[in-house]
Amino acid sequence: MIWGLAALAGAYAVAVARLRRRDIDWPVGRSLAWYAGVATAAAATFGQHHDFRAHMSAHLLLGMAAPLLLVLGRPVTLVLRVLPVRPARRVSRLLRTRVAWVLTHPVTAAVLDAGGLWLLYTTGLYAQAMARPWLHTLVQVHMLLAGGLLTAAIIGRDPAPHRPGPIVRGAVFLAFVAAHGILAKHLYGHPPVGVPAGEAEAGAQIMYYGGDLLHVLVIVLFFRQCFAPAPERRPWRLVSVAPAGESRHHAA
Amino acid sequence: MRNNVLSGALLGIGIAAFIDETVFHQLLHWHHFYDKSTPAAGLVSDGIFHAVSFFATVASLFLLASLRREGAFRARPWWGGLLTAAGAFQLYDGTVQHKLMRLHQIRYEVDLTAYDWTWNIIAGLLIVAGVVLLTRSRTAVAA
Repeated sequence: MIWGLAALAGAYAVAVARLRRRDIDWPVGRSLAWYAGVATAAAATFGQHHDFRAHMSAHLLLGMAAPLLLVLGRPVTLVLRVLPVRPARRVSRLLRTRVAWVLTHPVTAAVLDAGGLWLLYTTGLYAQAMARPWLHTLVQVHMLLAGGLLTAAIIGRDPAPHRPGPIVRGAVFLAFVAAHGILAKHLYGHPPVGVPAGEAEAGAQIMYYGGDLLHVLVIVLFFRQCFAPAPERRPWRLVSVAPAGESRHHAA
Repeated sequence: MRNNVLSGALLGIGIAAFIDETVFHQLLHWHHFYDKSTPAAGLVSDGIFHAVSFFATVASLFLLASLRREGAFRARPWWGGLLTAAGAFQLYDGTVQHKLMRLHQIRYEVDLTAYDWTWNIIAGLLIVAGVVLLTRSRTAVAA
């Protein structure tokens, strides 16, 4: 897992360096978001958490915080920009396939993510994963990937030929947030196999309130996109009384 | 006009849910996080309302910002929407979620009658105030 994450950070760094050599601008904010995302995921995967509270904190970092940061790093845009024309075309053709459509659809992502969580905590899977390191790693990879798919489907700015409209994306995320909250409250009263009641109660509240915090961030980003005025409807850009910092802000 | 009411109403739901969460759950610890006698329907209803309240708050603030940007903000319908929706949410919480679905009670180990009546009467007052503002803003527009 750590090696995979190191490879993600390395590949991004190489790609950005190549762009810079070709004098193509790549915003620093995106790079920072990507490295912060990798670091968050790495922090979450250190050690195997047998305490349910620690496990739940790591789950929030790995399944929601890290994916959010990684998505803000716009990896697909970077890949398309850094590759030579022919391979880049192949990638964009891949993005237009039916398989990609199904995989990146918000409903698929939400079902994979929420479904995975329900399986993990309401069946014996959690206890199994705690006993087998390879299964634990698999669960972690699933969390990061499913979280990444979902975040990208809801607020991604990368090119996505099939991205549905805001109503579908908003409704799917609303359903996901509800399912997440319902599962957290369910766990409060029904601890997973092998978890003491006290730990389950504390862990469930971490999941509930920590989840809220991260969901609000995603919702804010989502509505910021929805309410972003179209470029031609930006009257204040024509008015030159804006303070100096303002223009930089809009360019970002 | 319609967007003013909508923005106010969305914020009303958000504020009512927020007060419920911070004051009664976090500060007073009157409500329980999860009452183990809660049936599944109560849990689902609570989860959906919780998610809706987030979405509503954020959406209403962005809508408010865009109304102000376009100079279309009107205070009266906005407050009317806010109070009506906050009251309606409180009434739903107090009747359906607390009583019908028995999600959790306002307080434990006390006689609930006074608490329940206060809760729902406040909800009723909010709705009345909101509806008055809404009708007055409508006549103001017509005049």
